Amino acid sequence: MSTVTHALAVPRSNAFKRFFTAREVPVAGALIALIAVTYIVNPRFLSPQSTKDLMLNATIMVILAVAQALVIVTRNVDLSVGAILGLVAFGTGTVFNMFPAIPLVLVFVIGMIFGGLLGSINGMLVTSAKVPALVITLGTLYIFRGVLTSWAGSTQYFSGDNPKAFGNLSVDTLVGIPIITIIAVVITVAVAMFMSSVRSGRDLYAIGSDPDAARLFGIPVGGRVLSAFIACGALTGLAGVLYASRYNSVGALTGSGIELDVVAAVVVGGVAIFGGSGTVAGAAIGAVLLSTITGALTATRVDKFWQQAIVGVLILAAIIIDRVVSLRKTRKLRANEAKNV
Amino acid sequence: MATAAETVPAPPAARTPALSLAGASKTFGPVVALADGTIEILPGEIHALVGENGAGKSTLVKILAGVHSPEGGKFLVEGKPAHFRNVSESKAAGISVIYQEPTLFPDLTVAENIFIGRQPKGRAGLISRGEMRRRAAELFATLGVPIDPDRIADGLSIADQQIIEIAKAISLDANVLVMDEPTAALSGVEVERLFTVARALRDKGAGILFISHRFEEVFDLCDRITVMRDGRYIQVHNTAKVTVPAIVKEMVGRDLGELFPKEDAEIGDIVLKVDGLNSVGTFSGIDFAIHAGEIVALSGLVGAGRTEVARAVFGIDPYDTGSVSVGGTALKAHSPKDAIAAGIGFVPEDRRKQGLVLDLSVTRNVTLTLRHSLARFGIISGRRERAAAEEWSQRLQVKTGSQDLPVSTLSGGNQQKVVLAKWLATNPKLLIVDEPTRGIDVGTKAEVHRLMSDLAGRGIAILMISSELPEVLGMADRILVMHEGRITAELGSTDATAELVMQAATGSHEKLHMERTDEQLSIELEAGE
Repeated sequence: MSTVTHALAVPRSNAFKRFFTAREVPVAGALIALIAVTYIVNPRFLSPQSTKDLMLNATIMVILAVAQALVIVTRNVDLSVGAILGLVAFGTGTVFNMFPAIPLVLVFVIGMIFGGLLGSINGMLVTSAKVPALVITLGTLYIFRGVLTSWAGSTQYFSGDNPKAFGNLSVDTLVGIPIITIIAVVITVAVAMFMSSVRSGRDLYAIGSDPDAARLFGIPVGGRVLSAFIACGALTGLAGVLYASRYNSVGALTGSGIELDVVAAVVVGGVAIFGGSGTVAGAAIGAVLLSTITGALTATRVDKFWQQAIVGVLILAAIIIDRVVSLRKTRKLRANEAKNV
Repeated sequence: MATAAETVPAPPAARTPALSLAGASKTFGPVVALADGTIEILPGEIHALVGENGAGKSTLVKILAGVHSPEGGKFLVEGKPAHFRNVSESKAAGISVIYQEPTLFPDLTVAENIFIGRQPKGRAGLISRGEMRRRAAELFATLGVPIDPDRIADGLSIADQQIIEIAKAISLDANVLVMDEPTAALSGVEVERLFTVARALRDKGAGILFISHRFEEVFDLCDRITVMRDGRYIQVHNTAKVTVPAIVKEMVGRDLGELFPKEDAEIGDIVLKVDGLNSVGTFSGIDFAIHAGEIVALSGLVGAGRTEVARAVFGIDPYDTGSVSVGGTALKAHSPKDAIAAGIGFVPEDRRKQGLVLDLSVTRNVTLTLRHSLARFGIISGRRERAAAEEWSQRLQVKTGSQDLPVSTLSGGNQQKVVLAKWLATNPKLLIVDEPTRGIDVGTKAEVHRLMSDLAGRGIAILMISSELPEVLGMADRILVMHEGRITAELGSTDATAELVMQAATGSHEKLHMERTDEQLSIELEAGE
């Protein structure tokens, strides 16, 4: 128990210290180290073309990770994102096939609404069924994928079938940065602002931190969680449209298995899997880190087999660092309290 | 002796009550948590709500807070009917509640915990962290506590958490502030400071509802006192015109005897002996012995350390010094396995979480303790399992459609019988029962009591923890009363009275001896007979 200090010197952590205890810092450090080492081994790793490829590869993952972070922060998870991405990507191909002259903006809007609808199915099931989101979205993962498989059959849409302007989004650059990467960065910044500085965004953290306390405090838990799933679906839908622009073909298998990569990126980025803490920026950096590893291993001619193992090690490292940091913090606080008694 | 229950003081006509609840009820399945919730809080008064554990105070608080909706009665806020569907509506009506258990968000900063959902906004409608931090620091300055608004809430001491709850409630600028045992975890200085703040809020016209077991605090702070018992409103008093014994009498007064038939059993040798048991910060200097055929009650308020002592005896929690022996053999500390082998059974307080595996069948639950004796070469025979379960269910008259139904489908009383059956099947020498009849309807309650009496008659020693005074007084041969981690009184069944137990449990008996009035003297004389 703390005693009275007469001067009432309220202890304040300074910004410097806060920066170094932030969860994103070790991930960003790892990313910088990875790029530096790879560059030393193979300077062509940072050639303009190669840099552009790195960014393009990271783009879709970043959007997916940002979307997923919204849900994970609330102590939920959405495993159906791979199937949502596939449905929207294939849907995009279909739309262009049917209406070749459709304005691009409209395609993005349709994609996001479609994704949002699928997300709302997840959200409604999770908030009404009182079953862990892990189970619900595992179910919808199979359902969505099944729908896609029967819808697509053996049909594939190739980038050549789409309008040229649409494909160019993934080719054209603005001051050296691909257009779709700029979209991803804008999305990340917007969601990060929402999560850190808008009341309903903060509610998501409160819900993930202690759902019962949130209810007791009068936070509309069900509504907020539903919105998080809808937002996750809509952003995943956006990623699906961009996927159709970026990659050569979309079909029944598009996006298979990507959900685990996304969850891995979010966790590596310092978002606690049980919700309540971590940031969107961290999740985005985690996504960049994981996609850069692939490029780096290719550039340094390391066997591709190692890529998966390294991702695994990173996940465990992220969790261990997190545990160690929080244990050390608790111990320090206890020591302080003991001194004050 | 005469109860000094004077008539309800008439509120000054000019003041509309900030809040008034009359005849509200609330049931959970067969359990009546609140039968008559009645309270009236005037603006500019501090109103105490007192009653034993389980008197319905917390349920009443949750109705005011909008967590539960009442099933009947009249609820007025500022003279207008109120029907809260959720916490936000109660909050919007100006009611702010500090719960017994702090409900902070561990991952959020202290400042954010105070302002969640109404963070101050700065430029472009975004949350201004600087402003939020400044206001939090201001609040802490008013309260005179040095807490860093930027640290996360995880790892804060209970007292600091409580202070943050208080800061939160103050910042809400509520018309009605409800504090459910806010002082339980606070030190003297902090309590004094809380009182200063409470009085300042009262002087500004807020109505405050204060729930506490500490009579000194109630009498020091409050203007009026409402007494509850068994989920019912009993009486409201002006603090100036009432005494502690009169309040205690109203809190516990009721017909005893019939419900709790402990028959005299032959008292045998010592079964359990506890010597100088100590656990730093939880309990200290615990000495007692229980004989075969004896029921010893461990009484006291919630949080006095009763359950902790029982858990240490059974080996669930470690202790620092002291010893526990059964039948003369010392038990290994921190080893439930050893305790079970020595013949102790433990019926925990929370049977749904700790006493039963809810999804398993009645059979499986009863035979959980018999896994080893029922098994041959490590494989449990289903037939023998069913036979054993059948036998015990019949002996205890467990009412269930089938032995194969999950135990979660049973009523509370029958669930408790399954827990008892589980331990009786091990043929124990000592049974520890923590709150044996919590959440059980009256009929089954009597059955559980008869059963315990019957067990004592067969020479089993029983340590019973109970917050229900009538149960303690009716069932126990001896009563040990705990207060803040120590045994403060040992009473035989003949000379124990509800008043004496309550006084020892609230730590007010020493004080009363110093300032005794004629009335108090008469209680003690009565008790001495």
